[in-house]
Amino acid sequence: MDATAVRPHAETLRTLPGDDVRQIMWRFADRLDLQMLVQSARAVARGPVARLVANGARSTHEWTEQKALLLKEFDAAGITGAPLEPADGGYIEGPKNLALALIAFELAWVDAGAATGSLAGCLALAPIHERGTAEQRQRYTRLCAPPEPGEDRKPWRGAFCLTEPLPYVGVETSLLGGRVRVVEWEAGKEPFLEVDKRGRFITNMGFANFVTAAVDSDDPRIKGTCMVVLEETDPGTFDRGTPTRKLVHQLSSTCDPVFRMRVPADRIIGGYTVKDGIIIPRYSHGEIIEAVFRRTRVTVGLMTSAKLLSAVEPVIRYQRDRFRGSSAVSAGSPRYELGLQQKPDALHRLLDVWATGEASASLGFTAARLFDELEPVEKEKDRILAGQGIHGGSAAFKALRKVQKDALEYLELRRKPVGRRESQRFEKLENDPLVKYLLLDSLASVYCPACKLWNTGHGANMMREAVSLMGGYGITEDCPGFLGYKWMDAQLEATYEGPEAVQRRQLSVTMINEVFLAQFRGWVAEMREIAATRPGTGACSLATAMQMWLWTVQHLQVAKDADGAALYQTNRQGVTFALADALCWLLSARSFILDVMELEQAGPQNPVVAEGLAGTVQFLSDLCHVQTARSAGEAGRICAELVYGYNRHPAWDEEGYKGCYHMDELMALESIIPGLASMATDVIESDGSHPAKAGPCAKCEGLEPFIRLRTKLDGCLTGSQLAKDRAAEALTKVMIPAALDYPA
Amino acid sequence: MNIPYQIVVCGGVVPDPLQTLEPIATANGPALKNELLLPHVLDPWSAHALYEAAHLARRSAGSKVWLVSVAPKTKLQQVMMTIGQRVPLELVAIEGPASGFTDAADVAAALAAGIEGIAGLDQSRLLLFGGWESASRAAGATMQMVGERLGIIDQFQGVDELSVADDGALRILERIEGGQHQVSVCSGPPVLLGWATGNLPEPPNHPQIGMQNMRAIMPALQKARTAQISGGARFESVTLPKQQRATRIVKDKPVEEIAREIVTWVTAE
Repeated sequence: MDATAVRPHAETLRTLPGDDVRQIMWRFADRLDLQMLVQSARAVARGPVARLVANGARSTHEWTEQKALLLKEFDAAGITGAPLEPADGGYIEGPKNLALALIAFELAWVDAGAATGSLAGCLALAPIHERGTAEQRQRYTRLCAPPEPGEDRKPWRGAFCLTEPLPYVGVETSLLGGRVRVVEWEAGKEPFLEVDKRGRFITNMGFANFVTAAVDSDDPRIKGTCMVVLEETDPGTFDRGTPTRKLVHQLSSTCDPVFRMRVPADRIIGGYTVKDGIIIPRYSHGEIIEAVFRRTRVTVGLMTSAKLLSAVEPVIRYQRDRFRGSSAVSAGSPRYELGLQQKPDALHRLLDVWATGEASASLGFTAARLFDELEPVEKEKDRILAGQGIHGGSAAFKALRKVQKDALEYLELRRKPVGRRESQRFEKLENDPLVKYLLLDSLASVYCPACKLWNTGHGANMMREAVSLMGGYGITEDCPGFLGYKWMDAQLEATYEGPEAVQRRQLSVTMINEVFLAQFRGWVAEMREIAATRPGTGACSLATAMQMWLWTVQHLQVAKDADGAALYQTNRQGVTFALADALCWLLSARSFILDVMELEQAGPQNPVVAEGLAGTVQFLSDLCHVQTARSAGEAGRICAELVYGYNRHPAWDEEGYKGCYHMDELMALESIIPGLASMATDVIESDGSHPAKAGPCAKCEGLEPFIRLRTKLDGCLTGSQLAKDRAAEALTKVMIPAALDYPA
Repeated sequence: MNIPYQIVVCGGVVPDPLQTLEPIATANGPALKNELLLPHVLDPWSAHALYEAAHLARRSAGSKVWLVSVAPKTKLQQVMMTIGQRVPLELVAIEGPASGFTDAADVAAALAAGIEGIAGLDQSRLLLFGGWESASRAAGATMQMVGERLGIIDQFQGVDELSVADDGALRILERIEGGQHQVSVCSGPPVLLGWATGNLPEPPNHPQIGMQNMRAIMPALQKARTAQISGGARFESVTLPKQQRATRIVKDKPVEEIAREIVTWVTAE
């Protein structure tokens, strides 16, 4: 990219981006319901939640009366009712993934434990919502609905019980310690089951009225695994257990419960059939978990994004105020006014935190919107397949496999100019719900783990950076913005609902889906087009990095290591996981660029945004450039390690000598080609000695395209540090509020 | 005796007080730096008036609350996202500046016109509420002028409490010197109450109230008429108040000690 093509606007960022800007970037400017939800969730976060944290509520892992008051606040704010359908006491029409993402973001801006607590109820209901029978959905969603205005009713709270205790730490899709058996089965009547389950780290358990628990059959009369609903008044033991001695997220209730209860078989989520005297649950626990976690992981990813963005204002204030109050620093002097912001390092490091926060928020909200878009399409897909007598499982997989060809054809046609493609065929494919499903599903299956992995994993690292910018203050309870707590919390977010290895594993499968890769190829061209009109965003360097990643994926899928073993295979996590990491960098940077483009296009229609739009777009574009340069660098490093790293380096042995000149031979050639000797690096002397290095230089045959891309990528970073300097300058001028809007 | 009141609340929007409020000079007179970009809230005095109205309306079956506001539409919309979830209301939006440097008389005229435009308004049931120092950043004159324009002669300012007697008479507590209240009894509407802080809490948030309100609020914002507010007054100079925010974080300090410290600080001035 040519840096001279970048002509920065003279305007600079005037204030920190406000709600109007965020509504456009994250695409809910036309959703009044979501705008209201943001305001009410924020009022809870920066009011009761912040006061609890400031008053030391995080110093105990016990569920206290003060913490319990938050539940009523969640009810009143619409947080509890947000996941419910309007008919069941909710108020948001249609899919609710973006709504839940915004709630998580707002609460985690102050305290992610509060966010987790609020969402855990939703998580408990999710198995019933996703896979429950109509009766189950009706019963539990209505019980959980918050009271209507003027109604005096205590809503039920739920807990999702999957994780199990030692020695089976955590969650396995194939292993379960919890057991279910038949204890009573009169002919023609509903069987009764005994459920035996011990949970660990179960959120909301301190007060839950019901539990959705994953169990395995302990009875030949029950087939496989399932999830069952346990109510606190069911006969048997409903022991909430001891509070988990966690160091983080202390505003949520987490316990290690024990259940041994008798329940009717109609509590099996999704129902069951009886065949040859055996109860066959309609859904295994694995199928239910997949449907649930697929969506809820996005909200976890956004919790860490909120922390990073919430750090910006307190850090700026700390930097500027750093020397005020000292008798040696007089009011009005540069040191008084700018404090630590006189030094570029403080600014650059804060920019890195901010850019990561922006990119991760963009990635997370993109994923949330994607699931909103996917939800009705998925239902339509299920309806169509059911019409063909296909009800999930491998039959559905096979049926969709046949449609994959159509999806790829559609993408191929879409790339062509309108006049040069077969329009009838294109329209047919475009309106095919199954094609649409495959396209969206392939993206959702990548974006969800990418968001969970990168936002929380890299986010936790950057939270450490944010804490360090506050000096010793950062690791005190009094740190404005609770940054020390947030750093710790981020580590939990990287772990729960599937730790980083699980996300990498999922990505290693979904990112090589041909339908995803075909769309990804299209994004390279998309980034180049953006770069043509907006070179200052770094879109061009991102496009090159994306090309390099694509080349590397293709290469590694056929390449072998030095011992002849395949590189891209399930157990070769050194390859697959690293490529997954690289992809996350690229996806987050792309999402950020697209959000800034949206702001630039839609901003002028909103008078408030239009007022400072030029400066805001200039600053965010510079931030994009900073982030794309970092992303391209990371992706380039990872790809280079993988492409070269599995080849054995030549040694000073017989094989290695084959690629070297011998001094005598070189001298003879020199007489024919003068100057050749000066270019030869690996020369074996007449006495057999060789240059002092690891071995002859590696030849890299067949890797020339990669070498060209890598060289090009390095050049593409041109201008990125100029953008960083511009953004740093803006940081010294941006107006921030007089005080943080929540206590510390 | 249940009287279904028609409660009209006048309320503007102001920048969130936690923001940096820096006066600047512009071609059109003084303004706040980046004012349009700052998050806004309902003027705190008006907010008290609105919450008192909501409580009264809930107690008196058949009552209705209107909020009449002169403000930039986009800012008003943002504020309604919060207010609209707490109080069932009908919005009368008037496009105009929210600036504190406008003339109270112009603002009062625009508000009065907006109120007169409400269809079916019945003076015999009308309670006109507002903040006693709203709309002109503590000029304390706006509500009085609105009342005069509407012919409401029973006016009370600095109100902290309103109660309705069995015969429908209104018992009103107004702030006077020394932390005391003046008690007045008024036979009934129409009456103007310029509220101080009131004494009732914020009504609880309820998203379903918000969803219901929004159906009417958005059309009201779209059809908002623009008010001609000239500015009127000429400002010689504008500066920040001299006091400075000096925040200390002190935990577990006894109330008596805090009170003693405040008295020492006040008497030392």
